[in-house]
Amino acid sequence: MLSKGLKRKREEEEEETLGVDAWWLDPGHPAVTQAPPTVASSSLFDLSVLKLHHSLRQSEPDLRHLVLVVNTLRRIQASMAPTVTLPPAPSPPVVPSVTDNLLASSDAMLSASMASLLEDLSHIEGLSQAPQPLADEGPPGRPVGGAPPSLGALDLLGPATGCLLDDGLEGLFEDIDTSMYDSELWVPASEGLKPGPEDGPDKEGAPDLDEAELDYLMDVLVGTQALERPPGPGR
Amino acid sequence: SRYRKKKQKRYLLPDIISTVEFNHTGELLATGDKGGRVVIFQREPESKNAPHSQGEYDVYSTFQSHEPEFDYLKSLEIEEKINKIKWLPQQNAAHSLLSTNDKTIKLWKITERDKRPEGYNLKDEEGKLKDLSTVTSLQVPVLKPMDLMVEVSPRRIFANGHTYHINSISVNSDCETYMSADDLRINLWHLAVTDRSFNIVDIKPANMEDLTEVITASEFHPHHCNLFVYSSSKGSLRLCDMRAAALCDKHSKLFEEPEDPSSRSFFSEIISSVSDVKFSHSGRYMLTRDYLTVKVWDLNMEARPIETYQVHDYLRSKLCSLYENDCIFDKFECAWNGSDSVIMTGAYNNFFRMFDRNSKRDVTLEASRESSKPRAVLKPRRVCMGGKRRRDDISVDSLDFTKKILHTAWHPAENIIAIAATNNLYIFQDKVNSDMH
Repeated sequence: MLSKGLKRKREEEEEETLGVDAWWLDPGHPAVTQAPPTVASSSLFDLSVLKLHHSLRQSEPDLRHLVLVVNTLRRIQASMAPTVTLPPAPSPPVVPSVTDNLLASSDAMLSASMASLLEDLSHIEGLSQAPQPLADEGPPGRPVGGAPPSLGALDLLGPATGCLLDDGLEGLFEDIDTSMYDSELWVPASEGLKPGPEDGPDKEGAPDLDEAELDYLMDVLVGTQALERPPGPGR
Repeated sequence: SRYRKKKQKRYLLPDIISTVEFNHTGELLATGDKGGRVVIFQREPESKNAPHSQGEYDVYSTFQSHEPEFDYLKSLEIEEKINKIKWLPQQNAAHSLLSTNDKTIKLWKITERDKRPEGYNLKDEEGKLKDLSTVTSLQVPVLKPMDLMVEVSPRRIFANGHTYHINSISVNSDCETYMSADDLRINLWHLAVTDRSFNIVDIKPANMEDLTEVITASEFHPHHCNLFVYSSSKGSLRLCDMRAAALCDKHSKLFEEPEDPSSRSFFSEIISSVSDVKFSHSGRYMLTRDYLTVKVWDLNMEARPIETYQVHDYLRSKLCSLYENDCIFDKFECAWNGSDSVIMTGAYNNFFRMFDRNSKRDVTLEASRESSKPRAVLKPRRVCMGGKRRRDDISVDSLDFTKKILHTAWHPAENIIAIAATNNLYIFQDKVNSDMH
């Protein structure tokens, strides 16, 4: 609809589900200010969640894109009526891919936080408290008590980036799962991969980490083992 | 309708252009691309012998600035794409520029060689050592003219200063320091020192879970070496004074326009994210670009911009689709002309827009091959939203959103503009050296 080259997936399906919200796809609509819908469609919510997953799946997420999508998701979620039934949240797969970005601890933080995010989402059904105010920027916005947590501070980005400059070597061996959300069922009991929002990543390491691979990586770091890929210029 | 006579030159470059920048005199124009290459164009001096090629730009030098790198610790590939190029003011015969990718900034020196020494005593013409027994007398080597050779060499490599992706660099008016900004931090460097930088802004929250805002662009004030501005993903600008504190987390001034409640939508924040900020040449104003508008801010007024121009308001009703295909996240740049009277920015469908601040007139032009005969006339375009349509109008639904003009540059003094459209560099200049209107 927008351009010759860009085809939207599931175009027909979306047209049916959007219904009331079609005003913002209506090309004939004048471009002057419109009263925005107070309730987002669930498909806009799904779209945002999908974008979030896609963004987090990158080995180095575009922070700006991530932050903007998260903030938009907050707005949408805040406007959604409490009785909206969400489709079951997609779950991250169980097995961490050991060789994928093992040393990038930022991904560990992301995966840990995303786990709790999805937990939150799965609790939204049956939400009994009022939606969070939209201007929920700071940490104090988190609700207390036994009520199901709403999407307060999105636990997206962990504290450490693992850059030597920054936070030392502590994050180097965090278990990283970058192949998450490939639609496999979450099995919480395994691998100790499920930290809460306040916890850091599982410091005991991933039990299913292949010892041989760990040794290999240790050797690489210590310098006894040459890496296969040649260094670039200026290093 | 008025037609504007312009000379148009188009260069097809080997890769997608990612940045365009004139030097301080406008004699040189540098482009950076996705493959890490820099191509520099030089303006030919006007000559009576070839009046048709008066003051046109030709390729001057090409070099590989950045290569793809692998960060072993994080197991990540670092793209070689050049994010920004900034020229240093020229201080001697050589030209210098800074080029940066996501992580590393490099200082390049560009020199010309048009003479070479001949008549060495110990070496022959090809540089091989002579048989000493054949050397019977001493001669003094002399400099002889040769074909012009442009040599480019890396003088400094400023590495390991950034954890996140560098989005801006800006040379200070003191010509000794420069700053580099990533999503969360801004560092100050001395041009001669590569192993140290000073962190002057840090907006990284103690807990990354609380991150809601990132730095999107930054620039030094053109005259006051202690002042700089940085923009955010929430649409705010912060003017900082380096004299006030070592760490400029507290801004001196905060420029923010309150959200218009009548146009509020779920995408309000995304479209308010500032993608570029530029000080005017005078230093009195700032120009910002967000998704749908360009705004002029007076440094003395923080509450709201003094001027707002709609770039492509017809997209306001399409935001959901643009969110879906990620176009809403596109980062367009903006530019002032030399006298700060006209501002320019790119749009979709290879359109770019110019706004005359004095007359309040604006025009939409297209950078396209179809109109690109050398002496073609640049025709204004119009986008219609339905309803009455003129012959050459483009319907908003037939806009090509893959043809984005993200990078544009304006010559510091003359009416010459450089427009990057994917792989194509268009250089438009007036046939007659006159004002826009």
